[in-house]
Amino acid sequence: MTPFRSHRGKLAVVDRANIDTDAIIPKQHLKSIARTGFGAHLFSDWRYASDGTPNPEFALNQPTFAGASILVARNNFGCGSSREHAVWAIQQGGFQAVIAPWQDRNGTRVPAFADIFRNNANKNALLTVELSAPEVEEIVQMAGRYAGLEATVDLDHQRVTLHLPEEMAFHFEIDAAVKERLVHGIDDIGITLEHEAAITAFEARHDPQRPRASA
Amino acid sequence: MAQTLFEKIWSRHVVMMLPDLPAEASAQAGGTAILYIDRHLVHEVTSPQAFEGLRLSKRTVRRPELTFATMDHNVPTVDRMVIRDPISKAQIEALEANCREFGVTLYDLKSDKQGIVHIIGPELGLTLPGLTMVCGDSHTSTHGAFGALAFGIGTSEVEHVLATQCLPQQKAKTLKVEFTGRPKPPVSAKDLILKLIGTIGTAGGTGYVLEYCGEAILALSMEARMTICNMSIEAGARAGLVAPDDTTFEYIARGQRPFAPQGKALDGAIARWRTLPSDPGARYDRELTINAAEIAPQVTWGTSPGMVADVTGRVPQPGDVPGYSRSDVEQALAYMGLVPGTLITDIAVATVFIGSCTNARIEDLRIAAGILKGRKVAKGVRVLVVPGSQQVRAQAQAEGLDRVFTTAGCEWRESGCSMCLGMNPDQLKPGERCASTSNRNFEGRQGKGGRTHLVSPHMAAATAVAGHFVDIRRWPEHGS
Repeated sequence: MTPFRSHRGKLAVVDRANIDTDAIIPKQHLKSIARTGFGAHLFSDWRYASDGTPNPEFALNQPTFAGASILVARNNFGCGSSREHAVWAIQQGGFQAVIAPWQDRNGTRVPAFADIFRNNANKNALLTVELSAPEVEEIVQMAGRYAGLEATVDLDHQRVTLHLPEEMAFHFEIDAAVKERLVHGIDDIGITLEHEAAITAFEARHDPQRPRASA
Repeated sequence: MAQTLFEKIWSRHVVMMLPDLPAEASAQAGGTAILYIDRHLVHEVTSPQAFEGLRLSKRTVRRPELTFATMDHNVPTVDRMVIRDPISKAQIEALEANCREFGVTLYDLKSDKQGIVHIIGPELGLTLPGLTMVCGDSHTSTHGAFGALAFGIGTSEVEHVLATQCLPQQKAKTLKVEFTGRPKPPVSAKDLILKLIGTIGTAGGTGYVLEYCGEAILALSMEARMTICNMSIEAGARAGLVAPDDTTFEYIARGQRPFAPQGKALDGAIARWRTLPSDPGARYDRELTINAAEIAPQVTWGTSPGMVADVTGRVPQPGDVPGYSRSDVEQALAYMGLVPGTLITDIAVATVFIGSCTNARIEDLRIAAGILKGRKVAKGVRVLVVPGSQQVRAQAQAEGLDRVFTTAGCEWRESGCSMCLGMNPDQLKPGERCASTSNRNFEGRQGKGGRTHLVSPHMAAATAVAGHFVDIRRWPEHGS
């Protein structure tokens, strides 16, 4: 996996909550058996009219967001299907990080990203940045006010910086274990396989209620 | 110390804690465990890149005998042997080739045991209490109905499990969801879970494993418990659990479940499974109580499963929906073509879909057939009935349910995921409105521009007859 330390790029805002993985990569594009070729289909039901021409209303078709590499959206991003194709499509569509807000619901903190999506993102070094709702609102406002606004997402220092005439920075939290893996680009399967002996020993004492002979 | 069901399964599957993390990480989240996986279910959409990954890194499948595959998403439901879409066909053929190469058991389109992966796992006896189970599919939560820790994973994780039979995992938090009272029939499991999602929101369970309990859950059949656990993911939770009990054991012992223990082995297994339920006094990170007796039939009106109302209710005003912003609701209503204030029962549908891993088991089809028997589908309404598996289909035909459906004017199909997500030819057209027993009402889920309303099998069947949503509690067979 390619390490992620810091990235500077243009922001693009898709101003919606609950963006599900069906919206990110609609099912008609899940039939490929390859890991590439999904970028053109990112948000395709929103991005293209039924005749295949770009829908000018959709955020990512607006010239001001052309070439963006940091995606900003609202709460509960990546909910729904487990399809990792969603992460591949976002990356192959040119994005290296997604910023979304956590929510307060009756005093409980509700994470910004759906669990499976966030796991998939971590496995592919697509950085998911969780900020508060007012912070994301501020970023959305600034991206609207300053066309072509760039930001730096710095994982080492856990900081998002908006490159405004007067810079604005936001600290973000990230699980230390996840950060460690991202910063070093660690291959998860490789790590587990280093513990082959422990797995074999576990298998010797563990009963997986082994399925009976072939049916 | 008193443990929850989740903690018992978790602790019995931790191979080791990963030592190579900064101390800070271990302290913060209890560390990352290497978790052993007892069953790995595989389907054609999320596995090809994982098998390719194995080939590229010259790895093998560690425990092919714990790995089982079927094809469900792309399967045509009219003539299953004729797959016209060459890309769908290639994906199905890739699964066949991968299973052959890596020695994985496959239930293919010729098999009388093929079906939606979450329907056939329990049918075959692969799903058992106390197991850890994964599949590259978010509705893997279904299997939690047996007291198995079952959750959906992405393709990188599929590759990880194929290669190592393990997954690095951080321990989830626990949320106890107690349904007190008994739902009043025909209010069913689907209404309970939709009500929960409407209550805690579609991200309310993110980071948690839900444990469903209480009088209402104890009284449910396994099929109904599967419906509830299935949609845990729509509440944001990767896994849902129900403690195994006599209902569970009776289901496992019943019928042909070739992979389940039998005879003495089953007795021994049941004795062990009885130790799984949460201990009295076990602590959960959160607890929630819902009175099932007060729940009405539910109908979703928006594009998120939490956008749900009682059938007696109205399409809400933007700004009146907890957990959704005004613009969330405005966007949803614009997409759905609905006006605030409209009575739910005034919404007419063009299509009814009875199927999916949520509601395509035999009990669901019996319920729908019970309502459709002696009645006709409303003029102009298309009704697809898609059994969840070939075994469900055969059972339904043995009971004559297929004839009830076709006599009423429904289409009786072959098994597969079908219009739940429309990867096969079963799709909605732009603007087409559908009452669906499936699990997601996202924009475009059932076809680009399609408008999905999630309901129970009871409600779907009644809607098929009426042509619009109806409060089925008022129908003669339900007494009032």
